[in-house]
Amino acid sequence: MTILTHKHSFPKIAFSGFLNALFALVGVFVLIVMFGDSSARAGDDEEKAAVKKDSRRATLPVQVGKIDAAMVAQWSQTPNGTGANAQPIKPSPVEDDLKWCRRLFLDVIGRIPSYEEFAEFAKDKSPDKKYVLVNRLLNEDRYTEEYANHWSTVWTNVLIGRSGGLENRSLTNRSGMEKYLRDCFARNKPYNEMVIELVTATGTTKPGTEGFNGATNFLAMKVNEENGTQATAAVSRIFLGLQVQCTQCHNHPFNQWKQQKFWEFNAFFRQSRALRRFVSGSTNNEVDHAEIINQDFAGEGRRPEQAEIYYQLRNGLTKVAYPAFVDGTEIGKSGYVSQINRRNELGKLMMESPFLDKAVVNRMWAHFLGYGFTKPIDDLGPHNPTTQPELFEEISADFRAASYDLKQLIVWITMSKPYQLSSKITKDNSSDEPSLGESPKFSHFYTRQMSAEQLFQSLAVATQANRKGNLEEQQKKRDDWMKQFVVAFGTDDGEETTTFNGSIPQSLMLFNGDLIREAISTDAGSWLHGMVQNKGSVAEKIQYLYIAGLGRKARQDEVSIAQQLLAARKNDLGGMLQDMWWAILNSNEFIFNH
Amino acid sequence: MWSRFAPPVGMNRRHFMSHMAGAGALLGSSLSLGHSLRVHADTLKKNHKSCILLWMGGGPSSMDIWDLKPGTDNGGPFKAISTSGDLQICEHMPLMAKQMHHMSIVRSMSTREADHNRGRYYMHTGYVPDANVDYPSYGSVMAHELASQRPDLQIPPFVSIGGASEGPGFLGMSWAPLGVSSNGRIRNLEMKLEGDRLTQRRIALELIENSFISQNRGSVLEDHRKVQGKTFDLMTSSQMKAFDVEKEPEAAKERYGKNNFGQGCLLARRLVEAGVPFAEVDLGGWDNHQGIFRTLENDRLPVLDKAMSALVEDLSQRGLLEDTCIVWMGEFARTPRINADAGRDHWAKAWSVVVGGGKIQGGKAVGATNADGTEVAGEPYSSEDLMASVCHALGISLETTFTSRNGRPMKIANSGKIIKDLFG
Repeated sequence: MTILTHKHSFPKIAFSGFLNALFALVGVFVLIVMFGDSSARAGDDEEKAAVKKDSRRATLPVQVGKIDAAMVAQWSQTPNGTGANAQPIKPSPVEDDLKWCRRLFLDVIGRIPSYEEFAEFAKDKSPDKKYVLVNRLLNEDRYTEEYANHWSTVWTNVLIGRSGGLENRSLTNRSGMEKYLRDCFARNKPYNEMVIELVTATGTTKPGTEGFNGATNFLAMKVNEENGTQATAAVSRIFLGLQVQCTQCHNHPFNQWKQQKFWEFNAFFRQSRALRRFVSGSTNNEVDHAEIINQDFAGEGRRPEQAEIYYQLRNGLTKVAYPAFVDGTEIGKSGYVSQINRRNELGKLMMESPFLDKAVVNRMWAHFLGYGFTKPIDDLGPHNPTTQPELFEEISADFRAASYDLKQLIVWITMSKPYQLSSKITKDNSSDEPSLGESPKFSHFYTRQMSAEQLFQSLAVATQANRKGNLEEQQKKRDDWMKQFVVAFGTDDGEETTTFNGSIPQSLMLFNGDLIREAISTDAGSWLHGMVQNKGSVAEKIQYLYIAGLGRKARQDEVSIAQQLLAARKNDLGGMLQDMWWAILNSNEFIFNH
Repeated sequence: MWSRFAPPVGMNRRHFMSHMAGAGALLGSSLSLGHSLRVHADTLKKNHKSCILLWMGGGPSSMDIWDLKPGTDNGGPFKAISTSGDLQICEHMPLMAKQMHHMSIVRSMSTREADHNRGRYYMHTGYVPDANVDYPSYGSVMAHELASQRPDLQIPPFVSIGGASEGPGFLGMSWAPLGVSSNGRIRNLEMKLEGDRLTQRRIALELIENSFISQNRGSVLEDHRKVQGKTFDLMTSSQMKAFDVEKEPEAAKERYGKNNFGQGCLLARRLVEAGVPFAEVDLGGWDNHQGIFRTLENDRLPVLDKAMSALVEDLSQRGLLEDTCIVWMGEFARTPRINADAGRDHWAKAWSVVVGGGKIQGGKAVGATNADGTEVAGEPYSSEDLMASVCHALGISLETTFTSRNGRPMKIANSGKIIKDLFG
């Protein structure tokens, strides 16, 4: 108890597993009181939550009020279902505080809270505890590293995919990409600055090489092949929410973007090359890293002062294109870098585009709330319907006005009403199921699975699994582990998918894989071994497992199963804890963000 | 109280379960672990219709393989050769030429999706991508329809070999393909626990699982439980030896070709024998924007020819071809015009697929393209038509209707029409 009241007494970096478990167990009795009985009986907590005061702060940023008002208006105007007597949608009750805490940790720093962090939040009785917690995760030094790692992971996957850097003879250096992004998020670099750096980057891809610029890894594999068409498609889709890949070959029937626009946009990338730098002394030209440079572009007509490109219509006619932005703004036609640096010009034009704001707001909204204002989130074209268009415009404009500060955007969304709601679907919002094709109404939190990366980080914190080595080594280990889930489609575009998608291979990994074996190990020095060695009753240790894994106490039937297992294990406490921990880690309640 | 019941030496499953029941534990009826069921191979084979999809990722140039235009500007360097069927194919497919009496070519496919993602989705589902409905792939649909014929099957009914395939859409994750590599090895299959400990762990797990499902937090949670059930089945099933492609005699491995695709086809045959309704085998590397003829002649076609011909012949010799459809296709084909890099780009307007087995008549060329290969001559066929035909060939009713989770009814194969010429 005394230890737990000193909230700053936690060491900044790692928790020594042994000590961790020790003082945690001391606090179990306190926690059983603090955690309340609400989760003890299914069904009960709903009523309690409904009357419980929502622990947000009175003076929140105005954007929170905007979101809340827009949502309330939408719910009141949307009938629940199609029946003649359908009543307006009502939102689910506010979620239990600890479940909300777990949600926030997963979304903001990429892992579940530790037992101690749950305890710290549980005992906070202040009315603005949620606001305090959000700000703590965003701004306190002890979370800076995890915050930066998490968002670096998210954006690495957006920018180069999960297989980026793992291809044969890849020009991408995955660590270089991660390092650049980690630095951005650790310093909370304004989003627009990050975009301009990624789009205009020159330098080398590999950390430690001369002229290193990790931002180059975004385009390293996209500027050389097929005249930079990959770069064209990726930059427009990721940063502007415009899907242009189909218009490379023809005017697309469902897309207002025409073939001409594709090649005008493509023209911005034609001064750029990724040069291979070989391993010194290598006889078989082994690529060590790449360097992106800008060089004069003579144009396909060999007139550098008017460097044009040609493309073919479907009927075989050839047409000419010069660099022009999506809104039609043209820049000079010269291919000389000294006169016009085309990617720099592109970066400037992108900064003026409202699509820049909307693309990232949509991405962040979907990150926290499960769905964006459009489906898919990176298609903002006029052909694609938008949920809550006015709110979307307004928040996007506000984000620009807030100097692209991602942390503010995170506060707006995580403090907004939809993010507070329970994931329990009620009879009054049963029609709000975007997975069935309806547009999202955000009247309850949408249950969704953790990513493989979130699982890995959660286990690292909960059980100290894979905590050996420095940060780079840990990240390397995680990237190696991630490889098993990546499946490539074998096309030139490097498309991929993941088997960490709720299918059998994922189940098998969670049942039997190395990561879980390590997490449930009872060998000397392991987390569970420490728990066996510590003082405390069997019941307390079981409660500890449930809180650490699920953020709630074990119910009576669960305690009783544990006791039966203990007998089946012939009173081998470690064996029983191992079985229970295995069951917790494999449960839907654990693997889903809810 | 518990200690009174605890047996002194270990505890068998029946014991443990009875205690659990006594303790009021929430035991699902699905908790039937440790299948010791010995199912005879004969009963598994009976009336068991299956489909093998040979998926050519990247979009193969069908006019260089199945619909040659020698001597035309677009024709490329390959010659046509006669086959055991009533049609000609590429000279670099000599082994398939001897099996073409089993297979037919639909030369008048005409589709609209020439982007990899969209084409792959469309050819796998019969629908164009739709932000609001997630359609199931044919593998999931056929597995769903055919699995009811074999209640004893413990292997997942849709296996994807060496590639990614497409997902189960609104049918839910329990109809997702099980992805395996062509050597048949499945990661993390072993738990290596003694006695009944797996069962006991499962009981503790189901307690959390079921109570969370009952809180009505979304249908994904129920899917999670179903997938876990299938995973338990698979971990404890003797049928899993079907994946042991390594145990095949050396001669069989040689016959299919000792490469991923060859061994994948051999594995597909083993799975079909074991009663798996749908197997998809992936062969990528067809996105030949550059240097297409060299790649086809020296690399892709020899691999394809050997494996595909072995599969057709092997199934036929084992009497399985009359119950097994084979479909060869990619997301689209390639431009008739040869580009400046001696490659061909994406082309969906006129192309070929190959089908055989089941009720399909072999040895025929159905439909045709015009002289330069750019257009379909006569009636064009779609992904929907192709799949309707495969369903028909396997005795799946085209009246079969699915209801998406939001209550929208959808006919199987998106109301495609049977390609009548495939059935005489």
